[in-house]
Amino acid sequence: MSDTASVPRYKRLPPKRPLRFSWSDERVRGIFWQIVVVAAVGSMIYWLWSNTSHNLAVRRIATGFGFLDREAGLPIAESLIPYDPTNTYARALFVGLLNTLKVAVIGIVLATILGTAIGIARLSNNFLLSRIAGAYIEIIRDLPLLLQLLFWYTILQGLPGPRQALKPMEGVVLSNRGLKLPALVWENPHTAALVVCLLGVVATWVYARMARAKQMADGQPRKVWPAALGMILVLPAVVWYALGAPWEIEYPVLRGFNFRGGINVSPEYFALLIGLVTYTAGFIAEVVRAGIMSVSHGQVEAAQALGLKQGPVLRLIVMPQALRVIIPPMTSNYLNLTKNSSLAVAIGYQDIVSITNTTLNQTGQAIEGIAIIMVVYLSISLSISLFMNWYNARIALVER
Amino acid sequence: MSDASISTGPRKSPITAVGPIAWARANLFSGWLSTAVTLAMGYLLITMALSFIDWAFVKAIWSVPSNAQGPQTQGCRDLQGSGACWAVIGEKHRFMLFGTYPYEQHWRPALACVLFVLLYIISAVRRFWRWELALIWVGMLTAIGVLMWGGVFGLPHVPQERWGGLPITLILATFGLAFAFPLSILVALGRRSSLPAIKVLCVLYVELIRGVPLISLLFMASVMFPLFLPEGMNIDKLLRAQIAIILFAGAYLAEVVRGGLQALPKGQYEAADAMGLSFWQKTGLIILPQALRMVIPPLVNTFIGFFKDTSLVLIIGIFDLLTAGKTAIVEPAWQGFGVEVYVFIGSIYLVFCYAMSKYSRGLEAELNRHRQR
Repeated sequence: MSDTASVPRYKRLPPKRPLRFSWSDERVRGIFWQIVVVAAVGSMIYWLWSNTSHNLAVRRIATGFGFLDREAGLPIAESLIPYDPTNTYARALFVGLLNTLKVAVIGIVLATILGTAIGIARLSNNFLLSRIAGAYIEIIRDLPLLLQLLFWYTILQGLPGPRQALKPMEGVVLSNRGLKLPALVWENPHTAALVVCLLGVVATWVYARMARAKQMADGQPRKVWPAALGMILVLPAVVWYALGAPWEIEYPVLRGFNFRGGINVSPEYFALLIGLVTYTAGFIAEVVRAGIMSVSHGQVEAAQALGLKQGPVLRLIVMPQALRVIIPPMTSNYLNLTKNSSLAVAIGYQDIVSITNTTLNQTGQAIEGIAIIMVVYLSISLSISLFMNWYNARIALVER
Repeated sequence: MSDASISTGPRKSPITAVGPIAWARANLFSGWLSTAVTLAMGYLLITMALSFIDWAFVKAIWSVPSNAQGPQTQGCRDLQGSGACWAVIGEKHRFMLFGTYPYEQHWRPALACVLFVLLYIISAVRRFWRWELALIWVGMLTAIGVLMWGGVFGLPHVPQERWGGLPITLILATFGLAFAFPLSILVALGRRSSLPAIKVLCVLYVELIRGVPLISLLFMASVMFPLFLPEGMNIDKLLRAQIAIILFAGAYLAEVVRGGLQALPKGQYEAADAMGLSFWQKTGLIILPQALRMVIPPLVNTFIGFFKDTSLVLIIGIFDLLTAGKTAIVEPAWQGFGVEVYVFIGSIYLVFCYAMSKYSRGLEAELNRHRQR
């Protein structure tokens, strides 16, 4: 009997049966139903397609993306790249895309910070703080985002004009023309310092990895922060100082009916940003709270029993485990924020949807316009989920 | 016998251990940081509450005089935002709630709204979770349709273009759910199907819809849909938006339902197969009753999301509650009182959504009771 044990065990496959052309064969039924469904969907799409091409022919609308090279003639109030109405539709749409990304990226960063803070406040032992955070989450989540955007926009429009503008801080001006902030006059030494700072970040990362590898080898923890401080902050400051230390701040000043100089945040962008950030933060707070609560209390107690202090307990024990629960829903919140930024069209911020909408009203190219919107959002969604999936895979629990 | 002089009754705990003072010490003033936070938050809360009361009640104007030129809102304007002008709500609430529906017939949309709320309440009671509930839905929705359209039982006919306000919001949300839910179950089953063609179709549908914003679907419904149909055939704008919302909701609900299908232990599927049940018997009798039960709380949360998202039809010009509010302040006399109007409309949304989320949490606790020790 000993030789049966040495025989390798093959995975047993089910016996291959020939297809019987009978209704009682499950596979035949499967193939039949698939053909039926595909034929139904296919003929539906064909029907819609033939209607559409017929209607387009009747209305004399030429399909295709040729209109993108035509002169747009549509004014855009704020743009990250040089633009004027004589540019092409393609450039106008690109400006819209950049505006969407501008609000989405800054919105995601701010919403993460605010949401995490509120989520932690919700878990606080302080009754008042926890209840205020809870009330915030409940109210924000129960009101439509569009209503909130209109509300913020109305409030910003109701602010006093430039002459009676609110000045909460030196150089910060809030009026019905938007928010004005002081700006640093950018010069070459700043660019140099920025480059050195970025190099410092890369170098710190490499150094941290090496320190980690050495710690794995000999068990001695090494301090990373002095090197990080030196390379990320001190060295750029030295470079900046050595190149003459230019430091000129431009303040917004009232000229005529509006402010000149400084950074200008338009009321539309500001309202959209406030609305998106406060709304999404309510959802992120719940995600963060659920994530932290998912780490069982025994983990914290075990870490304390090992003699770890509160900081390392949070950093080494709680956060890595909480992040596993937090990351997937956080991804969908980021996607939602990006998709919700399309509500900009309701308050007149010219994002990709708003500009495409104007374009298709001007040219009548409805199908192409909607296709552009869909392709843009699908690719943004796809890149965010690819990045977050990569991050999620990195921090995921390694199981056997 | 020296004990006789000492009271032998049960002694009270010291007030530092139980009672409100101990509670405050533990929850509000447990350390210097906690004390500082409490004081700062308390100060913030009290100032905000006082200024809100000042704005909403003390300095507020509740009605304005009216003459031949219409309402005189100068009194409200003189406040310059320091007090609320609730007169706009008094003047415009009928318009915001019911849109341009004929004024003397307003009882009909009002009754329709009451019927909707009744329908929600009946559906929320677990005792009614049986197949007869579907009949109640059909009956109620028919009654609402009759009320809104009229044309029978001596009710004058009201064309759909004149509907507006709260009924539109409730119609979009409720009909959206009623049609999207069965669709989502089919799609969720299709996505888990072993038949590759059906699986691919369902995955494509769900991922395409979930990847784009609802606005783009609504735009599609409003500008592209007429191109899709044969010449001469035209579908009403509201119905087009409704179809877009159903397709959108279907994709999101399908993912929730799929979660339930995945969470069900495999043994349930295998046991049903071992009993020799057909696919539809297995799905209808074994799988769905358990899987759907598990996902009711997330389903309610998704429904809250759709209820709020119906407000997006504002962008394609359908007259729902939010559009009615925005239109109410277009009139020159009432321009600039947006905050009051949005507070009013927001409180209506808040009542509906808060009730649903409270219910969802209660249900979750109840359904999970067996897991609690």
